[in-house]
Amino acid sequence: MAAAPQTIEELTHAAEPRAGWLYAIAKFVRQRPLGAVGAAIILLTSVLALTAGWIAPYDPLANDYGAMLSAPSAAHWLGTDAFGRDVLTRIIYGSRTALTVGLGASLIGATLGSLIGVTSAYFGGRVDLIVQRVMDVFFAFPVIILALAVVAILGTGAGNVILAIATPMVPRCARVVRSSALSVREMPYVDAARASGFGHGRIILRHMLPNVMAPILIMGTAFLGEAILLEASLSFLGLGVQEPTAAWGLMLRGAAVEFAESAPWMALFPGLAISLAVFGFNLFGDSLRDALDPRLRTQ
Amino acid sequence: MARYILKRLLAVIPTLLGVAVLIFLLLRVVPGDVVEARYLGQGSQYVSQDLMDIERKKLGLDQPLWKQFTSWMGGLARLDFGVSMWTGSPITEEIKLRFTLSLQLALMASTIATLLAIPLGILAAFKQDTWVDYAVRVFSIAGLAMPSFWLGSLMILAMLIVFKWVPPMVFTPLWVNPWDNLAQLIWPALAVGYRYCAVGTRMMRSTMLEVLREDYIRTARAKGLWTKLILTRHALKNAILPVLTVISTEFAFLLGGLVVTEQVFNLNGLGMLFVEGISHRDYTMIQALVLLVATFFLTVNFVVDIAYGWIDPRIRYG
Amino acid sequence: MNRLVRFLAVAASAFLAFPTLAQSPRYGGELVFPVPSEPPSYDGHREETFGLIHPIAPFYNTLLRVDPNDKGGTKPYPSLAESWIVSPDGKIYTFKLRQGVKFHDGSEMTSEDVKASYDKIIFPPAGVGSSRKGQYAVVEAIRAPDRYEVQFRLKHPSGSFIASLLSPYNFIYKADILAKDPHWYEKNIMGTGPFIFVEHVKGSHVVGKRNPNYWDKGKPYLDGFRAIFMRDSAAQVAAVRGERAHIQFRGFTPKDRDNLKAALGDKITVQEAPWDCILLVAINHKKKPFDDARVRRALTLALDRYEGSKALSQIAIVKEVAGVQVPGTPFATPPAELAKVAGYWPDIEKSRAAARRLLKEAGVADGFSFTFMNRGIPMPYEPLGVWMIDQWRKIGLNVTQRVIEPAAYYASLRKGEHEVAMDFQCGYIVEPDLDTYKFLSSSRNPANYGYYEDPVLDALYDKQSEATSVDERKKIIRQFEKRVLDEQAHYLMTLQWHRIIPHSSKLHGWTITPSHYLNNTLDTVWLSQ
Repeated sequence: MAAAPQTIEELTHAAEPRAGWLYAIAKFVRQRPLGAVGAAIILLTSVLALTAGWIAPYDPLANDYGAMLSAPSAAHWLGTDAFGRDVLTRIIYGSRTALTVGLGASLIGATLGSLIGVTSAYFGGRVDLIVQRVMDVFFAFPVIILALAVVAILGTGAGNVILAIATPMVPRCARVVRSSALSVREMPYVDAARASGFGHGRIILRHMLPNVMAPILIMGTAFLGEAILLEASLSFLGLGVQEPTAAWGLMLRGAAVEFAESAPWMALFPGLAISLAVFGFNLFGDSLRDALDPRLRTQ
Repeated sequence: MARYILKRLLAVIPTLLGVAVLIFLLLRVVPGDVVEARYLGQGSQYVSQDLMDIERKKLGLDQPLWKQFTSWMGGLARLDFGVSMWTGSPITEEIKLRFTLSLQLALMASTIATLLAIPLGILAAFKQDTWVDYAVRVFSIAGLAMPSFWLGSLMILAMLIVFKWVPPMVFTPLWVNPWDNLAQLIWPALAVGYRYCAVGTRMMRSTMLEVLREDYIRTARAKGLWTKLILTRHALKNAILPVLTVISTEFAFLLGGLVVTEQVFNLNGLGMLFVEGISHRDYTMIQALVLLVATFFLTVNFVVDIAYGWIDPRIRYG
Repeated sequence: MNRLVRFLAVAASAFLAFPTLAQSPRYGGELVFPVPSEPPSYDGHREETFGLIHPIAPFYNTLLRVDPNDKGGTKPYPSLAESWIVSPDGKIYTFKLRQGVKFHDGSEMTSEDVKASYDKIIFPPAGVGSSRKGQYAVVEAIRAPDRYEVQFRLKHPSGSFIASLLSPYNFIYKADILAKDPHWYEKNIMGTGPFIFVEHVKGSHVVGKRNPNYWDKGKPYLDGFRAIFMRDSAAQVAAVRGERAHIQFRGFTPKDRDNLKAALGDKITVQEAPWDCILLVAINHKKKPFDDARVRRALTLALDRYEGSKALSQIAIVKEVAGVQVPGTPFATPPAELAKVAGYWPDIEKSRAAARRLLKEAGVADGFSFTFMNRGIPMPYEPLGVWMIDQWRKIGLNVTQRVIEPAAYYASLRKGEHEVAMDFQCGYIVEPDLDTYKFLSSSRNPANYGYYEDPVLDALYDKQSEATSVDERKKIIRQFEKRVLDEQAHYLMTLQWHRIIPHSSKLHGWTITPSHYLNNTLDTVWLSQ
C-alpha cells in the first residue's frame, strides 16, 4: 500500500475509498494518542504470538517438578506454575491462543454477520423481516449462555471454542451492519448497478459491502476484545481450550486460585495479560469509532 | 399510538416462539441426558440399565421429539412451567429462590453503572481530547477489559488478606436483614457495575458531544463550564435517553448472564442455575430459564421502543 | 469357617467395646458443614452421590454400619442389627434386630421394615429402580421369620456379603409407607436416625434437629446440624476459615489445609487418610496399537509414580502410590513388593528406556500421536492429565487431551470410541471383591472400559473371592495385580487419592476413614466450647 499522502495532488485524489483510508489512519495516530496506545498494544500482542517459538525462554508444556510454584527470579522472570512450567513462556504462547481464537471468532462472526446484515438490507421486504426475526431470536440469548450451549454440543477444544464465540457475535454484527446497509442501498451507484443488470450477489459483495466497512471494522475490533474475554471465561469454566495448551484463561483456573495467596504470580500475570490485550483492542476500537463517525469529529 | 404498540407487540411473539424452538432443539442435540448425568459416573461398579429406562420413561424422554415439544408448549399455555428433571420440584419454585438474588444484583449493578456512566460521560464530553477525557476513557475501558472472575478473585483475596473478612455465604433477602444482604451483594455489584459503566460512559459521551455541537452552546464557550451545564440541562434530558436505553438492554442480560461472577462469589443465582442445568442436562429447567431471560429482554426492549415512540412521534410513523 | 468365627468375634467385641474418649462429650451446639453438591432426591436406594449421604444420612440408620472409630473403615459394627450368625454352609445370614427402635413418627421398627427396605434394594417392584441391585445378585431371598429377626438367604457363600451390607446408602425405611407408595421416600424423610428432619431449602441448606427418642441412649450429643450447599470449593474453605462452618466431610486440597492451618493455628485439627478413590487409565484394546500389550506396558512404564506422588500431593488430592488396593489396608501389596511391578520400578530411567524399547518393538514410531480422553472435573482429573501427558512426552509420545463434560462422559466411554481414557473408582469400603471387580472381562463386567477378555484374570478373581485363608487370598491378589497391571497392563493405576479433612478443633468424636461415604450419621459427634 502507498505511504500516507503528503502532497496536494495526493490529497485531491482522495476520492477513492482506499486512499481516504490511509489519510484517516495517519491523522488518527496523530490526533488520537489513546488509539495509538491501543494499536501499540495490539502490535505487541501480535509480535509475541508470531515469534513465540523464538523468544520464549522455555517449552510451554515441559513440567519441572523441581521448580514448582517458584517466585519470579532470574531463571523464571514471572515465576512458575503448579507444574513447574514457566509463566512467562506460557503467557507468550497464550497470546497465540488468544489471538487465534479472537481473530478466528471475530472474523467468522463479523463476516457471517455482515453478509447476513447486508443481504437482509438489500432484499428488504419479507426477507428482511424474517431474517430480522431470526436474528432477534439469537440476540435474546445472553452471550455466555449461547456460547455454553454450542460448547455443550460440539465439545471443548480450540476449534469448537471459536465457533462457540462466533455464534453470539453474528446477530450483533448483522444488526449494526444492516442499519448501515439500509442507507447504502439508497445510494445512486447501487441503483446504477442494478440497472446495468448486475446480479444480486455481485452488487452485495462489490458495491454494498465495501461501503459499510466502517461499522464492520468497528464491530470487528470490539468483537476481538470480547472474544478474548469470552475465551478466557470459557477456559476458566473448564469449557474452553484444554490443558496442557497455554491459554490465559486456562492459567487463571485451578491452582492459580488455590495458591493465590502464596503464589500470586500465577493468577496475576495472566489476568494482566488478558486485561491489557482487551484494553488495547477496546481503546483502538473506541478511537477508530471516533475517527470514522463523522458526527464526532472535532473541528 | 395504539397501532405502533400493536406492531411492536406482534414482533415480540414470533421471536419468543423462535427462542423456544431453538433452545428446545439445541438441548436435544447436546450429547447426554439427565438420566446419564445422574446415574453414570459416580464410580460405582453396577450400572442399572432398567433404573435408567424407568427414569427416562417417567421424565417423558422416551417420547418422540414433537410430542415432547407440544406437551411443553401446552404446559406453557397454561402457565405451567413443569418440573425440573434433576430435582423433580416445580420450576417456578426453583427459579423463585434464585430470582430475588439475581434481580437485586442486576439492579444494583445497573444503578452503579448508571451512576458512574452519566457524570463520567458528561465530564469526558466537556473536556474532549484533554487528559481528563483520556483518563475517563482509560478508567471505563479498563473496567470492560478486566475479566470479571479475575477482578472478583482479587477483591475476595484483598478482603481476606487485608481485612480478614469474608462476605456472608448465604443469601438473606433485603427486607430480612439489609446489612447481611448488602455485605454479600455489594462486591459483585461493584465488580459487574464497573464493567458495564464503560458502555454507558461511551454512549453518554457521544450524545453529550452532539448536544455540545449546538450553536448556542458553542457561543457560550467563553462563559465556562457551569454556564454550559445550565444551558444544556434541557438538552441533557434527550442526551441521557440513549444511555438509559443501552444500560437497560444490558440490564436484561445481567439477569441470567452473570455465570462466572456468581461462581466466583458463590452466589445462588440464575447464572449458577443455568450452568448446573446444562451440566445436569436438565432440559425443562434450561428451557424455562432461557424463556424467562428472553421474555425479560424482549419486554425491556418493548418498553424502551414504546417510550421512544411516545417521545419522538417521527419514530411511530417511520 | 475361620472367617465366620472372626466376624462373630468382631461383632461381639464391637458391641461391647466403648469408644475411648479423651474428654467426655458435651451436649449441645449445632454442627454446620458445607456440602459440595445437592442431592436430587432423598432416596438412598436410588442415588449414588455423596451429596445425598452428607445431609440425609443423619436421619436414618442402616442394618449394619462401619465402626465409626475404625480409621481403616472396614470393621463391621452393629447398628439396627445387634448381632448376627451365619449358617454352617455360609448361605444363611440371620440378624438379630434391636428392640424398641422408634421411627420419627413414633412407630416401632421391626423386621418387616428391614425386609421391605432390602426388598426394595434387591428386588425392586416394576417401575421402581434400584442403583445397587447388581451388587446383591448373590441374594436369593429375604425373610422376616420373627418380629426382631431378619434372614438373608444366599445362592452361594460369599466372603464379601457382610461388607456389602455396610453400604451407607441402605437406609431402613418403613414397610407400610413402602407398601402404599414405593416412591414416597424420594421426596420425604422418615427414618430412625439420630436427627429429625426440620427443613430443606432448595439450593441453600438442610437442617436437622436432635432426636430425643433415639435408640442409642445418650446420643446424639448435638442439638442439631445444618448442611449448607456450596458448589464452590473456595467458598467452602472460606466458610471453615471464617469459622462459619466446622467441617467439610468430603476433603480439602493440601493447599487449603495449609492455608487453614496458617490462618487458624490450633483452632484447626487436621485428619488425613488414604482415600478409597482412584483414577485409572482405561486403555481401549479395540483400538490399535493398544491391542498390543507392549504398547500398554510402555504407557505404564513411562510414569514416574514416586516423583508424581511427591509433586502432585502438594497441588492435588492424590498422594499414595497404589496397586489394586488402597495402601495400608489388609490386602494391599507392601511397597517393597510393589516396586517389582512394571511402572513401579524405583529406577525411572530404566523404566523409560524399557518403554521406548517396547514401543519400537511394537512398531510405534517416535512422536506417535493419540488422544487422551479426560473427564471435565478439575480436581484431580486435570493435574493428573497434565502430569501423564508430560510423562508420556518423555518416551516420545505426542498426546492431546480431549475433555468431555461429566454429564456426557460415561456415555462416551460406553461408546467405546476412545483410545486412552480416564476412568475412576470410588468405594465406600475397601474390599478386594468390590475393588477388583472393575478389571474383569467385558463379558462379565459391562463397566470395563478397556474392552478386553481375559479368562485367566477372571479365574484369579474367582479364586481370591473363594479363598479360605487371609494369606492365601493375599497371594492370589498379588498374582491378579501382577497380571492386570504388569504382564497385560490392561488398566493403569494413577495415584491413590488422599483425604484431608481440616476441621474446627471444637469438633470431636469424628474419625476419618478412607471413604467420604462413611461416618456421616453424626451420632458420635460433639462440639466443645
